[in-house]
Amino acid sequence: MNMDLLIGLKTALARLLIFPGLLFAVPAAWFFLWVERKAVARMQGRIGPPFMQPFFDFIKLLGKSTPPRSGIGGLLMRAWPLIAVSAAAGAVGLLPVLPASGGFEGDLILLLALLEVPSMCIIAAGFSSGSIFGEIGSAREAVLSVSYNIVFLLAIISIAASQHTFSLSALAQLPSSPLRWLGIVAILVCLPAKLHLNPFSLPNAEQEIYSGPMTEYAGPELAMWELSHGLEWVAATGLVATLIAPAFTLWWVAALVFVALSFGLVLLLSVVAAATARLQIDTTVRFYWQCTLIFAVLAVASALFMRFRA
Amino acid sequence: MNLWNKLMCYSRRHSPWLFHMNGGSCNGCDIELIASLTPRYDAEQLGVRLEGSPRHADILCITGPVTHNAVNAIKTVYDQVCGPKAVVAIGSCPATTNVFIDSRTLDGPLNRHVPVDVFVPGCPPRPDAIIQGVAKAAEILAERAAKKLPIAPVVMPLVGPGCEGACPCAATTELKNEEVRA
Ligand code: SF4
Repeated sequence: MNMDLLIGLKTALARLLIFPGLLFAVPAAWFFLWVERKAVARMQGRIGPPFMQPFFDFIKLLGKSTPPRSGIGGLLMRAWPLIAVSAAAGAVGLLPVLPASGGFEGDLILLLALLEVPSMCIIAAGFSSGSIFGEIGSAREAVLSVSYNIVFLLAIISIAASQHTFSLSALAQLPSSPLRWLGIVAILVCLPAKLHLNPFSLPNAEQEIYSGPMTEYAGPELAMWELSHGLEWVAATGLVATLIAPAFTLWWVAALVFVALSFGLVLLLSVVAAATARLQIDTTVRFYWQCTLIFAVLAVASALFMRFRA
Repeated sequence: MNLWNKLMCYSRRHSPWLFHMNGGSCNGCDIELIASLTPRYDAEQLGVRLEGSPRHADILCITGPVTHNAVNAIKTVYDQVCGPKAVVAIGSCPATTNVFIDSRTLDGPLNRHVPVDVFVPGCPPRPDAIIQGVAKAAEILAERAAKKLPIAPVVMPLVGPGCEGACPCAATTELKNEEVRA
């Protein structure tokens, strides 16, 4: 019993710190941020930033000073980016990339909760910064997250319910069904809003409300926000990649397929972002509620259908 | 210099984030600054990013002859940029007040209000000259942060038609223009 616990603890730590956790996720986050910028640049006929650019940006931001902050508000403002980074890193660590990597019943729910933390932190950060642009950005983020999260959660829950498990590794091992593909499409529709990409880049709409909730952030705090954004990329595309990827027994094949699929998804999302313009907030909200309606009908209908067949 | 300082210096030189501020310019210089980010010149290759908030920026790009209305705004924004920082004066206006000299609505030139690191002359300067100025400013900023040097303004050479030889990139741009026309 004690031995089991020790081994479980060791695998959990290895997953959190090495693969797919911090040691893999931080360079992957920088790489995905670069892919995003490079893809947009190529789409616009530019050459784009050099390969190491997100890394240089991160180091440079670490070396900058921050404006003085005082009191509880200042303390909170310093805390939000750290909470966002740790939640996003935890979410990446939960992904069942390697076969037989452990995991527990219900880790899907924990993953969803952790994926939600960075956007909550962004909302809180905008409001605690006291800047009018931050507040507008936060209000937009709040409205947006209420609208897309219903589709997102519905998709994941219908996938989990149709396969009778809330464990990520069990889901990754099971063969996919039509309902799962429906769910993956629904998740893909939500990802641009979750990652603040065009056409749903409302919260950080540059040229419009400066940098939204990030307006008052500088230096190392901003570096943490960039990192948490990159980790969100890794976690969100990784979640889709684990749902798409077939189960492999060889660990290095599984890891390679995971990285390749995530890379493809980042490319797809960046190309969509470069090809579209920002929508208005009411158009966005209407779009997601219509999606909710369509997916709700489809998901409930197919779940019932699968019940009868079983 | 140890390894971390070297890395920091290198990163600062390769990641200049700009904040663009109009101090009463005629809009000519502002258009050229934006043009330096477009596909033809693509300043992002040097890591340049135009930021929405002065808090994120390293380099403050100021255009225009500094009107009375703009003085306080410029000082506020200069204080909002977090250190280490540099200021680039774009165009002849912030350097000399240019064609607006002796106007009673002006309180220029710029270096009466904030310390300027790089002057990019021209009315308006070409996008190549602006990119060159920004790169110079990033270099100055990295060196000054590492060695705690005092501010010493640098005036960039004129670039463009009629000043061939001043800068090699001017000649190549002209060549490309000829090719496009041909
Ligand atoms: S330097 Fe020339 S182009 Fe630039 S703001 Fe002044 S007058 Fe306009």
